[in-house]
Order: sequence, then C-alpha cells, then structure tokens
Amino acid sequence: MTADLQSVEPQPGVAKPDPVLVVNALTRSFGGLAAVNVEHLEFQRKTITSLIGPNGAGKTTFFNLLTGFDDADSGDWHLNGSGLAGVPAFRVARQGMVRTFQLTKSLSRLTVLENVMLASPDHSGERALRAVFGGWGAKERAVEAQALTQLERFGMAHMVDEFAGSLSGGQRKLLEMARALMVDPEVVMLDEPMAGVNPALTQAILEHIKSLRDEGRTVIFVEHDMDVIQEISDWIVVLAEGRVIAEGTPDDIATNEKVIEAYLGAEFGRAAE
Amino acid sequence: MMFATLLLTAAPAQAQEEDTASTIRGTLETIDNESRVPIGGVTITVSLDGVEVGTAVSGPDGDWEVQIPAAGSYDVELDVTTLPEGVSPTDPDRMALPDVAVRDGQNKSVRFNLGSGISSGISDLDRFLDLVVLGLKLGAIIALAAVGLSIVFGVTGLVNFAHGEFVTFGAVLAFFFHTADSGPGWGLIAAAIPAVLLTALFAGTQELTLWRPLRRRRTGSIAMLVISIGLSFAVRNVILIVLGGEPESYEDFVIQEPTSILGIDVVPKNLVIIGASVVILGGVGLFLRYTQAGIAVRAVADNKDLAESSGIDVNRVIMVAWLMGGVLAGLSGVFLGVSEKVEWNMGFRILLLIFAAVVLGGLGTAFGAMLGGFVIGLSVEVSTFWITTELKNGVALAILVAMLLWRPQGLLGTRERIG
Amino acid sequence: MDWANIFTDATVAAVGPVAAAYALSAIGLNLQFGYAGLLNFGHVAFMMAGAYGLAITVDAGGSFWLGLVVGVAAAMALGMLMGGPTLRLRADYLAIVTISAAEILRLLVRSSWAEPATNSVFGIQQFADPFFDLNPFDPTRRYAIGDFAFQGRVLWVMVVGWALVGAAVLLLHRLIRSPWGRMVRAVREDEDATAAVGKNTFFLKLQTLMIGGALAGIAGMILAVEKQSVSPDAFQPRLTFFLYVIVILGGAGTVWGPVFGAIVFQFLLFFFDGFMQSAEAEGWFGNAIDATDAQQFKLVLVGIGLMTLMILRPQGFFGRRDEQLIGDTT
Repeated sequence: MTADLQSVEPQPGVAKPDPVLVVNALTRSFGGLAAVNVEHLEFQRKTITSLIGPNGAGKTTFFNLLTGFDDADSGDWHLNGSGLAGVPAFRVARQGMVRTFQLTKSLSRLTVLENVMLASPDHSGERALRAVFGGWGAKERAVEAQALTQLERFGMAHMVDEFAGSLSGGQRKLLEMARALMVDPEVVMLDEPMAGVNPALTQAILEHIKSLRDEGRTVIFVEHDMDVIQEISDWIVVLAEGRVIAEGTPDDIATNEKVIEAYLGAEFGRAAE
Repeated sequence: MMFATLLLTAAPAQAQEEDTASTIRGTLETIDNESRVPIGGVTITVSLDGVEVGTAVSGPDGDWEVQIPAAGSYDVELDVTTLPEGVSPTDPDRMALPDVAVRDGQNKSVRFNLGSGISSGISDLDRFLDLVVLGLKLGAIIALAAVGLSIVFGVTGLVNFAHGEFVTFGAVLAFFFHTADSGPGWGLIAAAIPAVLLTALFAGTQELTLWRPLRRRRTGSIAMLVISIGLSFAVRNVILIVLGGEPESYEDFVIQEPTSILGIDVVPKNLVIIGASVVILGGVGLFLRYTQAGIAVRAVADNKDLAESSGIDVNRVIMVAWLMGGVLAGLSGVFLGVSEKVEWNMGFRILLLIFAAVVLGGLGTAFGAMLGGFVIGLSVEVSTFWITTELKNGVALAILVAMLLWRPQGLLGTRERIG
Repeated sequence: MDWANIFTDATVAAVGPVAAAYALSAIGLNLQFGYAGLLNFGHVAFMMAGAYGLAITVDAGGSFWLGLVVGVAAAMALGMLMGGPTLRLRADYLAIVTISAAEILRLLVRSSWAEPATNSVFGIQQFADPFFDLNPFDPTRRYAIGDFAFQGRVLWVMVVGWALVGAAVLLLHRLIRSPWGRMVRAVREDEDATAAVGKNTFFLKLQTLMIGGALAGIAGMILAVEKQSVSPDAFQPRLTFFLYVIVILGGAGTVWGPVFGAIVFQFLLFFFDGFMQSAEAEGWFGNAIDATDAQQFKLVLVGIGLMTLMILRPQGFFGRRDEQLIGDTT
C-alpha cells in the first residue's frame, strides 16, 4: 500500500515491502547501444508508480521487455513470483500484466463495443469449432453486459456502435484502458496515457488511474507531464540512458540532484515549488 | 475447360495392334527444369538373359525404339558414356532396367530420367570440384540479380516480385541483338551492352511510372507487393508471347571445350562469368562505400527520414538504385542465358534462389545479397553431390526457411526495433 | 465473330465445376488474406495437397472416401508446416516463403525421386469412380437450358461443387460473426494490441491457414475428380495468381466476394479468350499474332487487371472503401 512506501529508502534498486513485480539484471541493446540496463527494480503492490526520464531513456523498451513484446538480451523478472522471461506477450497478459501503447492501438475497423468485448478472457466462442457449431450465445451476452459496464465507467456507453477509428485521441486512450481492464489485470502498464489528449480529458483520465489503484490494482505508467506525476504518483522511478538513476516519493525526486541533472532541471524545479 | 480435355493424359500407350510385333521405346529428355529438352545420340541396348536383342540411338527429338521378337521380360540399359556433355542421369542406379515385361503386340514405354548436370564416370573429387565451379557460377548469377533486389528494398521498402523479369529481359534482349533472325546479329558481347542498358531503362521507367506515383499516394506495402506480383505475371506473359514458349539459345560461347586449370576441367565461359561478376560486384561495393552517390544510397537504405533531412534527394537515390538493379539483373540474365537457355520464365525460375540469397544475406544490404548469392549458388550445386538434381532448388528453400527461423534479419542485417 | 457462341461458352465456364473449385479455393484464401491479412502466395500448394492426397490414397489401394479425408488432412498438415516457421514474421517474408514452398512442392511431386508415390510428370488417373457411381444424372446425356448445355457427368460435379461452395460460405459466415472471427479481425487490425489482451495470435493465424488450406484442398479435389486426373503441371503458380485476382475482384474480407469473383473471373477470362481466338481466326491481327499468342493474351490482361484493381479499386466489388485492408495506408 501507499503508506508502506513512506519508510522506503529512496535509492535505485531498493527493495519494497510487498513487491508485485521484481526485475533483475535486465538488459537490451540495439546495435551496440544499451537501451535498457536495469540491475534491480521492484514495484510495490497496489500503488501508482510512474516511470519518467528524458526521451530515449528506454522507458518504452522497458515496457516492451517486461510484457513480452521484445526479447531481452539478459535478465529475469517475476510477477508474484512467476518468471516472465521468455514468456510470449499474450501469455504475460493472461497472467495478469497488461499494457497499453504509446501510439494508441485502437482496432479501427471494430466498433467500440467489439474492441472491449474482444478482451474478455476465456470466451468459449473463441474456439473455432464452437464458433461454427454454436453454443456461445449465452457467454457472448454476458460478455456484452460486462463490456457495457466498463464502457459506462469510462463514460463511453453512448458510442458503443461507433467504429473505433472515428474516435478522438483522448477517447481512444480511454477505450484502450477499458479494453485492458476487461482482462481484469493485476498490473496495468500505461505508456503515456495523457499523450495527445486534450486537457479537458486529462483530469478524467487521472481519476480513472486513481480508481484503478483504489480497486486494488498496481499501476505503472510512463509520463512526461511533471504536474501529473507530482499529483498522482505514490512512487517515481527515473530512467536515463537505460539505467535507473533514482527512485523515491515525489518529494524525494523533486530534490534529487541526479534527476535534475538528467532533465536539465527547469521543469522539475518549478513543479516542486 | 476446353484445355482440360487436351491435358487429359491418356494412360501409357497401349494400342492393342493386331500384329504381334512388339517394341520397347521411349523418349529421352531432361526434366529437371520446366522445359523438357530432348536428348539425341544416346545408345539404348535391349538384352534377354545377357544376350543382346537390339540397340537404338535416340533421335534429335529424343525418341528411340527397339523392335523385339516376342513377348517376354527384357533388360533395358542406357549407355551413359553416350550422354552428351552436361546431361547426366538424375539417378545413376536407374540407367539399367531389368525385367521389363512386354506382351505380344505391345509398344512398351520405358523412361530414363535425365537431368542437366555433370556426367558421372569421373572421380568423386573431380566431380566435387566441378560442382564447386558450377556453384560459384550460379552464385555469381544470383548475386548480381540479388543486389538490385536488396538495394531497392532497402531504399523503398518494396520487395519487387517482378525483379526476376529484369533478368529475363536482359537475356531476351541479348538474344534479340545477337541470335534472333529479326535482329542485327551482333556478337554476344556487343549484344549484351544494349541489352543491359535497356534493362536499366525498363527498371527506371517502372520506378518513374509506377512505383513513384504509388509511393506518393502512400500506397500500403502489402498492396505494392501484390501489384508487383501482378506486374511480374503480366511481363512474363508478354515475353512469352514475344519470344514463344520454346527455349532459345545464344550462338557464341554456348558450346565450349573444357580446358584444364589447376587440374580441374572447366569450361571457359564459367570462369569468365565468375570473374566478371566478381569484378563487377567489387565495383558495386566500391561504389557504395566510397562514392558520394553510393554513400547516399546506403544512407537512405539505413534511415530514409534522416537521410532526407540531411539534404539527400531521396527520389534521385531511389532512381539510382533502380537503374543499378536493372543493369546488374540484366547482366545476370545474359550470363544465365549463356549458361542455360533463354526462356520466357527464366527469371521467375531463379526468383526463389534470389529470395533465398537476399534473406540469407539480409534484406536491404548489398553486401548481404552478394554473400547470400554465392552461398546459395554453392549450396544448391554442391548438394547434387548427394541428392538428385531435380531437388537441388529445395536446398535453397531449406536455407531460406532455416534463416527465417534462426535469424530473420539475415547474416548482415540488423534486428528491427519494435515501437 | 460469333458473339452468341462466345457468350455461351463464357457463361458455361462461369458456372462450371472449375469455377466452383476456384470459388471454394478463393473462400479459403479470403479467410487467410482478406480476413487475417496473411500473404499466402503458395495457395495452389494446398489444392495440390488435397488432390494428390486423394489420388495417392486411391492409387495405393485405399477407398475413395478415405482418400477425401487424407486429402483434407494433407492440406491442413501443409498449413502447419508452412505456417510454423513463418507466421511470426513480416508479411513479405511469408509471401516469399509460401511462393517458394509451393514451387518446391510442385517440383518435388514432379521429380523422379517421388515417382513411386506420385508418378512424377505423368500423374495419377482414374481414381474417382466411386464418386461417379453416385451420379443421379445420366452421364451420357446432355442436359440443356436453352443454349447452355452440360453433360450429365459434368453436371454432377457441378452440383456437388457448388453445394460445397454454399457450405463453405455458410461456414465462413458463422466463423466471422463469432467471437473467433472477432479475434481474427482484430489481428488484422493490429496484432500487438490483440496479443496485449491475451489472445494467442500465432495460433489464430495458424488456424486460418489450416482452415483456408483445407477448403483449398477440397477445391483441388474437385478439380482432380472432374478430370479424373492429377498431374503436377495442373498446379502451376499461375493458379494462386488467379485466385488472388478472384479474391480481390470480389472484395477481400467479404463473405460473398470470392464466389462473385470466381464467376466473373471465369466469365471474363473465357469471354476474352473466345474473342481473341475468333478475332485471330478472322485475321483481325494479320500476321502479328498467331493462335497461340492469342491464347496468351488473356494472361497478360489478368496481370494488368490485378494491378489496375489494386491501384484503382482495391476493395473489389463487395468491399467498402473505408474498410479495405490493402489500399492507402502508411
């Protein structure tokens, strides 16, 4: 829980009282350049951790590696003790760790409702033989009801039959989140959930993220907007050139020399005041 | 559907004739590529219990026939020493067929399968070295064609399935300028020059009239791929109409006596092809490494946006890539024509080998294509030391699949970033 | 120029057993390419697997009905074999491998090495008698509606063929409307996003390859049964090419597209061919083009036709512009 983090030392690689995700010796290089080189990192359960760092720091690569969308050169990571190294992306999702994408991937030619219904796990209608011979109707109706509930939560119930491709940027972000939640994940990794969203929606998205934590999920997200990060994070991890250069509460990070250096200071100093 | 009736193959010939004359007969042809080339001048002997009953020599259409006196079980043998240069049995153990049963009045058909390859009867080492030379030659031909394909992919992102047609185009044009009745009848070397230049022109025109406008419209890469397949089909059939379905041949350099070099018998044209290709590929390498234009090509292949923002005219670079590809592929076609025959689908037939070479070396790199070309050529030819020549192209496919499983970016390519 | 005759011949071809086989095979290809976005350019290999599976089984002494099962199984096995190494790769790699694999398979079947099983270039004949024994029509009679006449033997194959097409359309319709179909459509949109919500996209693509392949295998069997013959040269790369034209013409990713495409394609092909042959015979082209050339012309037209389709109307007949997969994207 959030409170437990108050007593944790703000040192890179510090252990957490109740880690849901633990990363060890994770490396990935592209043509000789190290994109990610994280010795040790733990994420506290049921908190919101934000991952920040200058452009090119390796944040998205880090996400890709953890969720199986890229192959690590070395290292291992565990979700509730279960090793995920080498596990394909779809299985990582099934085990309870779901991610969204920086460039929103809404399935444009599917409707909003279909987008969300797609994500329901264990749907018998998804087996080819069942699909042909029938017997999936009841489950489908149940899934539809579930999907509608999700969409209502995100305020999108009125656009269920629109093609996802016709949605605005912010609405797509919300859709992607609604879709991710259908999987009932324990860990939700959001890659720049505010990017390209008009400021009016930003607050709504923030509230949604907080509610994710409040219902017992762990949220890890990448962001650039310092105000947002200050306001919502329980914990902050700072990456630069692929390494973790700092960890801590927002207050710890605001005054951290290394971080200020990495960012050339201006924005962060302002936010701390 | 009308053709279906024509294609219906009747069961092996058995006109039950009233007279009791029986024959054993057949047609000798090489069947390891698409065209069936008849083989004449080969001796077939029919015997009964060790006693010779009759012999025949296959005519220019490959047909042979031996009359036999009565029904019975005969041994039929092909004399491999009478096989012409470049033709050999696909399975040496099946050149003597025992117990061929013939009924009264039956014209029994017997088949000897021949392929193009080294005739047996020489030592294993010699045969192996011969195959190495053939492999290098095929490798050179593939490498020349593959470089163009790889570079064009590198700078435009298009896998041009019509690339094989540049090879055919070059070969056919050379045929026109050299051998064709309606052409000027120049020597092959002289004919090769306009052939290669016109192929480059063809390539450049393709880029200008088709691919550039499509790129401007931001056509998806899948669509472009399908379009290139359509183009390949159309061009191939135009060439089929113009050239005809029969394989043609050059006059110069086609039939040569082998000379002995370092103890191996090599046909001079093979050495010339290998040598010329190495020199030309070396030139391409130097071009790409040390000239401004060449460096620009590599820059665009590496990162188009970056190259553009540093002032490089991307469209011009792309045109250079196409022209270069056309020249090299056209030349490859001439070499291929000298090696084998000139046919409407010769380029399409080696397209598999070109793809294998490009994937092996790395799609998008010229050096990869060169390396891949030689490796594929060698693998394919040398493999016939162990497997039948009909299946040698399968080796290229096997390498292709293996590369995609193990290292899809090829030997010299770089892994792609995701997201 | 006997237009009526040309028209009749073209119509007969458009509804004949070959058209039915093309339609069935195209439905399979449509599932792979139109719905799942897989660039399978070796589709003819699936047809060959089905046809040869049947013929070899009967040749080896098995029953015709067993042969049908073996043919379908062979086509599905081929799907697994082709898909396994390539489905994790980019679209162009899949195209390269499938086009190569189909050619190699054909050369293999053609080779003297495979002769004991496949009878190499000569192929296998006369394996479908049990099928024709069931023919309710009189095989020697010609059944006619107006100018359109079909021999009893051919009519039987047509009836069975088009019935299979109908069944396949129904199958596809049910699949696409189901949650399974939703997954396939999602993979076509964005494979990563679909994997990110826990779907095994590799297995899904493999399934489409196998189901589509099975349909093509059955189509191959229709062709083989109709002629009572299989030979490697009946399964040339151009057949895959025709099927792509058919799928795109009718509308990739639509349920009825392949059927429409097959009928129209056959009609146009035979119409043009009939026209060219008549024109040549009547000396329209003088000496420039002879009878053989006239026959090849239609192939050039098919190639150009595909290019034009892709450039001007990639959604085909039934497809919607905003829904088409293969047009203007980056």
